[in-house]
Amino acid sequence: MNQAVLHFHPSGPLLALVGNPNCGKTALFNLLTGGRQKVANYAGVTIERKEGRLTTPAGRSLRVLDLPGAYSLYPRSPDERVTCDVLFGRAAGEKRPDLVVCVVDATNLRRNLRLALAVKRLGIPCVVALNMTDLAAKRGIKVTAEALSAELDMPVVSTVAIQRTGAAPLLELFDDEALWRSLARTTPAVGASAEGEAHNSGSDHIAVRRILQRLGLDEVVPHTTSDRIDRVVLHPVVGPLLLALVLFLVFQAVFAWAEAPMNLIDAATVHLSGAVGAILPDSWFRSLIVDGIIAGAGGVLVFLPQIVILFFFILVLEESGYLPRAAFLLDRLMGGVGLSGRSFIPLLSSFACAIPGIMAARAIANPRDRLVTIMIAPMMTCSARLPVYALLIGAFIPRREVWGGLELQGLVLLGLYIAGILGALAVALVLKYFTTVGRQVRPLMMELPSYHLPTVRNIAIGIWQRVVIFMRRVGTIILTLTILLWFLASFPAPPAGATGPAIEYSLAGMLGKALATLFQPIGFNWQISIALVPGLAAREVMVGALGTVYALSAAADSTAQALAPLIAHSWSLATALSLLAWYVFAPQCLATLAAVKRETGGWTMPIVMAGYLFALAYAASYLTYHAALALGAG
Amino acid sequence: MKDLEHGISGETLDRAAIGDALTVQQVHAPQTAPEWARWLEEIGFLVGESVMLMARGLPGGDPLVVRIGQSTFALRRAEAACVRVAAVDPANRGGSQA
Repeated sequence: MNQAVLHFHPSGPLLALVGNPNCGKTALFNLLTGGRQKVANYAGVTIERKEGRLTTPAGRSLRVLDLPGAYSLYPRSPDERVTCDVLFGRAAGEKRPDLVVCVVDATNLRRNLRLALAVKRLGIPCVVALNMTDLAAKRGIKVTAEALSAELDMPVVSTVAIQRTGAAPLLELFDDEALWRSLARTTPAVGASAEGEAHNSGSDHIAVRRILQRLGLDEVVPHTTSDRIDRVVLHPVVGPLLLALVLFLVFQAVFAWAEAPMNLIDAATVHLSGAVGAILPDSWFRSLIVDGIIAGAGGVLVFLPQIVILFFFILVLEESGYLPRAAFLLDRLMGGVGLSGRSFIPLLSSFACAIPGIMAARAIANPRDRLVTIMIAPMMTCSARLPVYALLIGAFIPRREVWGGLELQGLVLLGLYIAGILGALAVALVLKYFTTVGRQVRPLMMELPSYHLPTVRNIAIGIWQRVVIFMRRVGTIILTLTILLWFLASFPAPPAGATGPAIEYSLAGMLGKALATLFQPIGFNWQISIALVPGLAAREVMVGALGTVYALSAAADSTAQALAPLIAHSWSLATALSLLAWYVFAPQCLATLAAVKRETGGWTMPIVMAGYLFALAYAASYLTYHAALALGAG
Repeated sequence: MKDLEHGISGETLDRAAIGDALTVQQVHAPQTAPEWARWLEEIGFLVGESVMLMARGLPGGDPLVVRIGQSTFALRRAEAACVRVAAVDPANRGGSQA
């Protein structure tokens, strides 16, 4: 939102896409700009500012801004406010758009046209994109762009955002010079306030009804297919069972499908470090490349397949329209801990990464709910934990099937996810009873959009964005920290005549041994303690760090070895379980804390968050470690 | 929310039978949450609009699935209680119980 950053306004006119949530606006943006945008099917996901560039058939280059979905120009949540502020020309650091494309869902003109009428009054050149005309035709809604244009007294073009050529007529229209100079032919609402705007919602409603009557579209068309699916999905008994089954299958797939590509990456890493090790002479430089960079980055890269699979499922569930249904099913549960179903969507996003989850909390209108959601979001198991979980589960949990075909490893992973969820619910419950507003009824008012088949393009763009983000992290933060750790672990060199592994005499060894006193009660050895230091910046760095620490600990063989058998050999089961428990809670992600600071506008909340999560992590690890010891897993 | 706060007689949406064809008569927010009336209007609960209760959540019949105009929304019972409704055609009432 209002960040004090320097805004560049590159050349070229600015185009803004405006529309109701779920009108296909983001899909249209993807089509116009060719990507760099995440698509969703539930209210309020397009919260981040998203800008792209498009080229018209005549070769003109335009900037395109994808504004958050809004039902009206009377904002009820922070993301809707962004849309209003930009359109009214009062958003800090934003240029008022030169042209507004009002995206209208042809299957729901009744609600969508009201926003179009409000936008028209703004006095900015405006064009209506009549979207989802293919679906409308299928449902027997006969509406033409020409007829609607005559009624609205605005240019209207048909678009099908899920077809490759679906935006061609709209692109052609952007070359029409007259369009950019045209002002809405009604009185421009210079300085119009949101309040003034709101008074018109009743009269806009009447205007829309008249338009629909004249177009012969006044009949309410039943959504037979969606309703039939909902009878199953929202069924009081079948619905929750289906939700549990869906979540379970996702987590099983994350482990089962990823195995082959992970083995491939693993083999490639070992092969590469062997080849590089053979070429380079034995020196500190070879150690840096092989033990530091290849072992460190390779150890993290190997989890890319799992991250891709998890995002694939999240994106498909988002696109299909299932996610808001899941929020509906979970609303009572969330209500029990003082939240609403609306918090489910940010929390689910947090399973991929807490940062988009925390940002998605902007769609929650209630400030208290929003804060609680932000505070518990880091307990959702993000994909950065997967490398650590996968390593530990792979090393310590036997690969075998239990209860007829269920993978024990998958079950343990599911258990870790559930532990995070229960922890989050418990914290929310505590907050419910310690804040007076926690017990009030809070609004839900959540749209359940029609079901859509997810499109390959939108899923592919979404996954590609995640891959790029992950690779950039591997390439920058993770690599830097891995190299730094290699340095700490290699210098100073052991004194002449030293008997132990070199790392024990290094800076990292000393730091690790100092920290090990703190972590000894929860069963962490000094190698884990060292690896936790860079792991504070980003969770998955821990894996690379352990790789480096153990590669340097191995006295004779300096090439990267597979980490899993190494730790399986040197740690007790109790230590592994304790580290898993630590990872469920510990807020080891600087980027998340930075996001919380930005969203809450100060350092108080990130400090409180880090404090309480570290305390929880320590307590959970302590209990796990001592319970495991008592059961003989020492 | 207590029904007393609405202070108006007549059927509210939260008490409607599933599948009845209704229209919105009035939207009236409770005193504790006056902004709800505006919010409900923004998402389509406007006088004269057709509305139907589609399903009830579990347990305790909360939240509700409501068809308003051409859209489907999940509403909390307290929210649905803000919407006064009337039957489109009294002959149809209770005709299509799920």
